[in-house]
Amino acid sequence: MSKGRDSSMPQNTANMKVVEGSYAVAHAVMCCRPDVISAYPITPQTHIVENLSQLVADGELDSTFLTVDSEFSALSVLVGSTACGGRGYSSTTSQGLALMYEVLYNVSGMRLPIVMTVANRALGAPLNIWNDQQDSIGARDVGWLQIYVENVQEAVDTTLQAYKIAEDPEIRTPIMVCMDGFILTHVYEPVELLDKEKAREFLPDFKPASILDPNNPLTFGAFADPSTYTEFRYQQFAAHQKALEKIEEVARDFQKAFGRYYGGLLDSYHAEDAEVVLIAMGSVVGTIKDAIDEMRAEGIKVGLIKLRCYRPFPVAALRKALAGAKVIAVVEKDVSIGNEAGLVTDLKAAFYNTDIRIPIIGFAAGLGGRDITIKDIKKITEKALAAEKGIECEFEFLDLRKEIL
Amino acid sequence: MERSLLAPGHRACAGCAMPTTIRLVLDAAGPNTIVVSPTGCLEVTTTPFPESAWCVPWIHSLFENAAAVASGVEVMLKRRGQDTNVVVIGGDGSTFDIGMGSNSGMFERGHKVLYVCYDNEAYMNTGVQRSGSTPFCVHTTTTPSGSESLGNPRPKKDMPAIALAHGVPYVATASVAYPVDLRRKVKEALKTNGPSYIQVNAPCITGWTFDAGTMIELARLAVETGLWPLIEYVNGELVSVKKIRRPKPVEDYLRVQGRYKHLFKKADGGDILKQIKALADRNIAKFNLVD
Repeated sequence: MSKGRDSSMPQNTANMKVVEGSYAVAHAVMCCRPDVISAYPITPQTHIVENLSQLVADGELDSTFLTVDSEFSALSVLVGSTACGGRGYSSTTSQGLALMYEVLYNVSGMRLPIVMTVANRALGAPLNIWNDQQDSIGARDVGWLQIYVENVQEAVDTTLQAYKIAEDPEIRTPIMVCMDGFILTHVYEPVELLDKEKAREFLPDFKPASILDPNNPLTFGAFADPSTYTEFRYQQFAAHQKALEKIEEVARDFQKAFGRYYGGLLDSYHAEDAEVVLIAMGSVVGTIKDAIDEMRAEGIKVGLIKLRCYRPFPVAALRKALAGAKVIAVVEKDVSIGNEAGLVTDLKAAFYNTDIRIPIIGFAAGLGGRDITIKDIKKITEKALAAEKGIECEFEFLDLRKEIL
Repeated sequence: MERSLLAPGHRACAGCAMPTTIRLVLDAAGPNTIVVSPTGCLEVTTTPFPESAWCVPWIHSLFENAAAVASGVEVMLKRRGQDTNVVVIGGDGSTFDIGMGSNSGMFERGHKVLYVCYDNEAYMNTGVQRSGSTPFCVHTTTTPSGSESLGNPRPKKDMPAIALAHGVPYVATASVAYPVDLRRKVKEALKTNGPSYIQVNAPCITGWTFDAGTMIELARLAVETGLWPLIEYVNGELVSVKKIRRPKPVEDYLRVQGRYKHLFKKADGGDILKQIKALADRNIAKFNLVD
């Protein structure tokens, strides 16, 4: 656990620059030295790939940048280049991620360690270009690791960490680095950009054991019948379990090299002595921390678990971090139409077979880009305090405008 | 001939043109080749894990993305300065229909990739459903003949013309029945500095229903009737056609296939045969097949 709000702040403010989130991520990708970048434009991801193509055009980044006919092809190109031993990068969001769906399973099943930024955005219909996290939460079962970031600096740092995790021979699993669309992709913040040489020391060249090579002809993507298919899935599952340690280890290695740490699987803020513990992912964490500061000043014992890693779902770490809470309120920007939402159902399941019996309530918040305010967080906290005495509503849509229904 | 780069023991049907086509393509391309294949009969008959019939590096990803995967392979080889052939081998369903977007992208980006379509004119792996490549009046399981139907109501999509419209510098048709021609075309295509497309007529015994021993004869008849012209375009110019001395009647080709059987039972079948003959005549005139 980090101690509080300052642990993620850059140590050396002299190196900080005020840049757009998308530029900061593009710069981080450059420091990861991808061989091939393949992407299709979709708001709010576009600035990332525009910046990358400019870095290539200016000779600052030696990558092959491919403009393709669809998100489906964007990720498919990386299947070929990664199988040939190249480091690959893509970025997408929302409808684009949905269009990639079939390829997502293919990439993870073929154990291709691709890193992709997801600039989280709502899905249509109705068409909506603003931020929520329905896109990547909906893709929770596709076999990719998923890390959600709170701010631009964390997006930068997690991009570098992501390659190190994905390419580890024991993991060999693709990663989505999920950052809230517009809120983080289009914000200008002071950021310490990565140093190319330090990044190179941290992340060695990509050297996979098996590649497409005429000197050693191998078959990639054979079909597996019922006698072997289960074992392929089991191995992916086992790699995710190993990733629980690897993500924490890489976060600590990063801290040693760069001085910044955001938690590996999760982080906490005033959670240790809290009665009400909120849990959330992504940029809303910043708002929640502000709300907690205000509520703490009023004497309310409220804290936060910031979940970074949603896949693999860090069951043991969550049990440990939340064991002392009297009530838990999940604030998440997604909904599983038909049954609550991703994080709240996963969290309930994590506690079911334990002695821990903490009331858990869930809120679908910020859908389609609706602001989540400090006032909203206070309201959620009040509801959580009430739920401690008995749950009236297990799951609800925050800030629902009943007058327009 | 040296050892084939497609090992025996694959699971394709006896009388299938696909493995023969692959062998001819690999003979011409040689071992310094990476093959990308979409989902289909080829993939399920040659790569049941943990076995593989492929003696060159081979990758299958999905049904509709082989050209995109091949693009990724090609750019990585280029980055390394590695001079290795990149060849897609896929069926007509992936080529004409579901993979069209990915093919279009690969063509217009100009990757040095040879795309070989073994064209058996329907979705055979899933049980003989109509594809965009299925010819006029063919019986398939989704365009069945019946009292109100003469089979597929639409003509075959002109995929070589679509490739040409992209400015693909080498476009040819070929046939499993003309192995020397096919091998030459593969070699020509691989010399091309850019994308190339070869569409190979490849009869499917299950979908077309014919006597297994006559596969090559049947493919030859397609050429000799004018229904499958063997043509070759370089930089948009028609540079060669396989001449036909005396075109054979289209009935000779149609009558021996189960997929056309209904035409010979129908009262108005004769009219349809005339329309199919007109398609052959149009090819003969367009490509000047008969001297």
